[in-house]
Amino acid sequence: MFRRLMTLVQVTLPALLVAACSTAPAPSVRGTGDLGVIIERASGQIQVVETSGRSRVAQVSGLGDLSHASVVFSRDGRYAYVFGRDGGLTKVDLLTATIARRVMQAGNSIGGAISQDGRLVVAQNYEPGGIKAFDAETLELVADVPASYGTEGKASKVVGLADLPGNRFAYALFDANEIRVTDLSDPRHPKTERYPAGKQPYDALVTPDGRYFIAGLFGEDGLSMLDLWRPEQGVRTILPGYGRGEQALPVYKMPHLRGWAVAGGRAYLPAIGRHEVLVVDLATWQEVARIPVKSQPVFVMARPDGREVWVNFAFPDNGWMQVIDTMTNRSIDTFQPGRAILHLEFTPRGEAVWVSARDDDKVLIYDTRSRQKLAELPAASPSGIFFTSRAFRTGF
Amino acid sequence: MAACLALMAVQAGAQSNVPDGRRQRELVHMVRQDCGSCHGLTLQGGLGPALTPAALRERPREGLVASISGGRPGTPMPPFRGIVSEGEAVWIVERLIEGFPSDPGAAGQ
Repeated sequence: MFRRLMTLVQVTLPALLVAACSTAPAPSVRGTGDLGVIIERASGQIQVVETSGRSRVAQVSGLGDLSHASVVFSRDGRYAYVFGRDGGLTKVDLLTATIARRVMQAGNSIGGAISQDGRLVVAQNYEPGGIKAFDAETLELVADVPASYGTEGKASKVVGLADLPGNRFAYALFDANEIRVTDLSDPRHPKTERYPAGKQPYDALVTPDGRYFIAGLFGEDGLSMLDLWRPEQGVRTILPGYGRGEQALPVYKMPHLRGWAVAGGRAYLPAIGRHEVLVVDLATWQEVARIPVKSQPVFVMARPDGREVWVNFAFPDNGWMQVIDTMTNRSIDTFQPGRAILHLEFTPRGEAVWVSARDDDKVLIYDTRSRQKLAELPAASPSGIFFTSRAFRTGF
Repeated sequence: MAACLALMAVQAGAQSNVPDGRRQRELVHMVRQDCGSCHGLTLQGGLGPALTPAALRERPREGLVASISGGRPGTPMPPFRGIVSEGEAVWIVERLIEGFPSDPGAAGQ
């Protein structure tokens, strides 16, 4: 007993002395590689979470309208840049759980990206349509590139913004049927190239190597692809006529595209108006498979090892999730994690997936091998889930 | 003719097909959250247009009801026939025009 007490004293006494000498609370040193953010869309708050112990670290409020909010991370993994629907751009310090900077940068925004060198944060906007670049440190505006088109100077809604090597950014114009690439290597003098594309691009992705930009189209059967290593060739239509002329089914929520769709040299893409996931070979651009799924797919996300692709669905089938085996290109599991499954995010190495169940006010954490639920975290109307590992990936 | 039918539906809906309290709550939640994925949680617009009273002031009601039920071809607006009844579409349009209620949250299981 006495020995145990002595040990305790030896251990705690130096710590007490250090604490007594310092006026600030003892600093807790931690890395950020296992941190992330959950959007609580209805209340303008985010949760800071950590994936090692699967817990909530902190909550940060005052971020405005977070419906359809998205997040990019600084290259040191410390700061989250949160793009709100109302045009708010908020830089959140994940370690202190405080707002470092906040600006209102547009009337209606849809998301953003961060440059290869981490110095520029770029927002894509619906109203007024275009992109804006901000100093990542101060959020000071450094470039404003309107998405004007036609002869009357109309501004298009911008979708699918993706960072490219060389501090360039690719994006699509929903109203103007165009893909544009803006070079912000000299942000005070942006240079924009324009490429005619298919009808009504609704979102886009860049492949993880930064080479191919693929825009999903609402207005026609097919997708538009631009080879950024050979942009002079212009936009090519891939998977043309995948709807085979059949009557399109209603789409109650637009799918989302990002580099997560790529696995094993193939892209897994949500069809529009068909309850299918389309598989295209990135070397030949030929259709490899079309996989029947439960409903209109929204997120079609490859597990980081590429062996499985997890899919969620549009309203009114948004309680479902399906898992596709990429070896056989068949659905191997269909289950209902909860009500209104809006988003999913894999942990950096993919052993677990975090799933937001908006109408259950929960985030559910699943083991990706057994598909058993590991934990639940309470969250108010959760939507997007974003982990800091995105900081190191092109197109995220 | 279509407008005439829609008008009849408006009148019929106003009289008989008013949704009950629980269904009203479901509809408010659906409009705010799910229609909100295009029109915004605050209904100020997104990929789809704003659905605020100011934005809808000049729009005939029967056209709005027809847009909900039948969708708007050539745009991403899908038909909600089969998800909301004609009477419910009328009720939603009336609420939008007067300023849409805030979301009480998802109904219990």
